[in-house]
Amino acid sequence: MPDNSFSQFVRRTFARREATLMVLLVVLLVPITVRSPQFLSPKNISTILNDMAILVIVAIGQFYVILSNGIDLSVGSVIAFTGMACGMINESFPQVPVGLLLLVGMGIGAGLGLVNGVLVAYGKIPPIITTLGTMSIFRGMTFLLSKGTWVTAHEMTDSYIALPRTTFLGISYLLWIALFVIVLFYYFSRNTRTGREIYAIGGNPTAAKFVGVSESRIRLVVFLISGTLCGLAGSLWTARYASAVNEMATGFEMQAVAACVLGGVNFSGGAGGIIGVALGTLFLGVVTNALPVIYLSVFWQTFVQGLIVLMALALNTISDQRKTRKLLEQRRG
Amino acid sequence: MSEKKQFVAQGRLIDEMSLKNRLVELFTKWEVILSFLFVVVFIFFTNMSPYFLDWFNLMNATFQFSEKAILALPMIFIIMCGDIDISIASIIALCAYVIGISAEAGASIPTLIVLSLLVGSAAGLVNGLLITGLNMPAIAVTLATQNIYRGIATGMLGEHACTKYPQGFGFFGQEFIPGTIIPFAFVLYLALMLVFFFVLHKTAYGRRLYAIGNSAETARFSGINVRRTRIINYTLTGFFCGISAVLLASRILSVRSNIATGWDLEVITLVVLGGVSISGGRGTVFGVFISSLLVGYLKFGMGLLKFSGTVMTIVIGSLLIIAVLLPRLLDIYKANRKLKIQQGGL
Repeated sequence: MPDNSFSQFVRRTFARREATLMVLLVVLLVPITVRSPQFLSPKNISTILNDMAILVIVAIGQFYVILSNGIDLSVGSVIAFTGMACGMINESFPQVPVGLLLLVGMGIGAGLGLVNGVLVAYGKIPPIITTLGTMSIFRGMTFLLSKGTWVTAHEMTDSYIALPRTTFLGISYLLWIALFVIVLFYYFSRNTRTGREIYAIGGNPTAAKFVGVSESRIRLVVFLISGTLCGLAGSLWTARYASAVNEMATGFEMQAVAACVLGGVNFSGGAGGIIGVALGTLFLGVVTNALPVIYLSVFWQTFVQGLIVLMALALNTISDQRKTRKLLEQRRG
Repeated sequence: MSEKKQFVAQGRLIDEMSLKNRLVELFTKWEVILSFLFVVVFIFFTNMSPYFLDWFNLMNATFQFSEKAILALPMIFIIMCGDIDISIASIIALCAYVIGISAEAGASIPTLIVLSLLVGSAAGLVNGLLITGLNMPAIAVTLATQNIYRGIATGMLGEHACTKYPQGFGFFGQEFIPGTIIPFAFVLYLALMLVFFFVLHKTAYGRRLYAIGNSAETARFSGINVRRTRIINYTLTGFFCGISAVLLASRILSVRSNIATGWDLEVITLVVLGGVSISGGRGTVFGVFISSLLVGYLKFGMGLLKFSGTVMTIVIGSLLIIAVLLPRLLDIYKANRKLKIQQGGL
């Protein structure tokens, strides 16, 4: 019966978070556009996308940590440290090419991620405690590195500051980098052994160990990924905002977690995908940018984000519990 | 029969424990290590600064840490059950905001206190209900409410700072017990600490917390209402955030939306450093008492030696990690030792 299979197709599509998010996005956009038609202007759209480019890079790192049953609260501090380091390198050694600067940022980020990873994987310290500690350690190191000063726009080279704004085929380099990261990790998640092993560890650590997945290695890898991506984000952050400040990216861990939770990533581990995270980031970006349209001051941004996370979290939990119940019923026959 | 044999063997084992073994057992106890560290900190700073070992200074220093030490008490209960709450600093911000605007509207001191306690308890209750109601992870829920509570304070206050308070409001956070050099806030802390000591170690409620921390499932099957206990813990923590907010607002007499940022980390550090196992089921109030004093005087001493706040943050963060790492290593050492003793090696 074609009718039945069609309804099944619809139901199956809507059971996926990605589809729900798309629909929600459209539902959200209609009243916003009616109220303020210029919201969907190409200029505003590119502003939103560029704002979200750095977040999606960080959120993908956070995604892998949450996927493996952990959480990384230190992302904001890693961004601040690498951003400050890149800004200072750019100030002292202007001859260093921008491409190399991004690589240095990723290297520093990887180093900080390694610290987290070793403490979690081999020190057996819970991720929440490790990253709560390193969050303040890395932030403190940022202050020590900069000695409390800033790196301002005119102390940096033009080519570094211009990097996020330069366009190629009408799309900014910043967005190209974000797209590249999305595609790369989409492939990594679905088609590589380590990518699948992260899902396995998150879904059922005991079962994964029995089939030969090394839990310590996976825990190290996820923090390494998160650190490296935060390093990249940090080097881009300094360029985009044309300054390196000690307080930069404070509270960014919340936004990264928000993007993941919105994208259907489950805190009990093992569920979620890169496309969901990207859509979750986009959703967050639209909501944040729409606040002025509904005459809500920017001071309410924190509140709204917290509320969104809470609702998405409840939604995830309820749908997860429903799934488990259905599975149990099926097994009973 | 073999069970009986084993029992006898263990009895002999304890009898045969040499003095050396007993000493090792004692000195690998976390509370003893902490107390030892505390003494080291005192000796170190007394040698480094002539202003450290002075009764007036030592008492004055308690102003800086009493509020956080008070928060660490209910946090013991939460962590004991294997939970976590990273929204406490935001609850304080919310309470302080309510205190600030009510004071500007001309509320009396008792009204301010009651409002703060009510708002704090309500915020804690919401945490508890959200976490237990849908069985959502505590870390994710309190990360969300951290932003919601702080967000309300930020949204309502904006750049505004509340600086108008009724006459005498400064007593709670600034004044001493009349006729002494002991601050009121510190006495309040000591009293509350004794209450928590009693509840955790001498009542059924305290024993239930240990049971839940060791295995929530087992506790539930033995008739403990785990859900209710967890809700009570979160509400209690909210209530104590209300107390802490009164002390803090009274001490600095200025409420901004960024008040108490970063306190989550410090309070959790106090509890974990005090020997409460982060996975639940282990710890004492005495340990947390020592760790509160240790961290408090460490920061005071570092301040005397003109270390910047940045260095202190790094020290606190490192302490948190070391506090979790060290007992793990000690456990491994003890287990190896026990094995050796059983094999007759020592």
